Amino acid sequence: MNQYETVFIMTPVLSDDQMKEAVSKFRKFLTDKKAEVVHEANWGLRKFTYPVQKKSTGFYHLIEFKAPGEVISELEVAYKRDERILKFLTVRLDKYAIKYNEKKRTEKNKIRVDKTVSDK
Amino acid sequence: MAINQQPEIRYLAPLAVDVKKKKYCRFKKSKIKYIDYKDADFLLRFINEQGKILPRRLTGTSLKYQRKVAQAVKRARHLALLPYVADLLK
Repeated sequence: MNQYETVFIMTPVLSDDQMKEAVSKFRKFLTDKKAEVVHEANWGLRKFTYPVQKKSTGFYHLIEFKAPGEVISELEVAYKRDERILKFLTVRLDKYAIKYNEKKRTEKNKIRVDKTVSDK
Repeated sequence: MAINQQPEIRYLAPLAVDVKKKKYCRFKKSKIKYIDYKDADFLLRFINEQGKILPRRLTGTSLKYQRKVAQAVKRARHLALLPYVADLLK
């Protein structure tokens, strides 16, 4: 069970619920394959630094999950089949990367907590 | 009237006086172990205006971390977070 992190970019033409449906499709794909989703982040609409398939912006979505190795090739086939996905990148995380991501998350939660405290 | 003025020496090439700055690997010094490919503005420091990866002799990073930087930059380029070719990037 290795830990992976996959980022995929969806075409900006999608409406909001289409985008959510595409994301949930891949999340369901992973959970069906008994992968454990550790963290998810939606970067929303971002500008590309170079045109991709004649488009200049796209919806970025990140999923961090634990899975056996075979799942990855099936996941990438699913990405290639889905025409809403412009690009994707799946990366295996080593122990430093896992520690880095956890530290990032704890910091973000800490900031959020401080903010809510100060809002009162 | 300034006869004894020494002829002003003009060099063809500027004197290459390079101040010998001790280069150090910033990753070893600040104990960074993982270079995140998603963090584009951190990676901007390792590419020049054209978007090319800076060589080790300029940045002074050790070989191990230069490879990690190169891999992170290439992944960021794939995800369109960094350009392959750019002009006046900064």
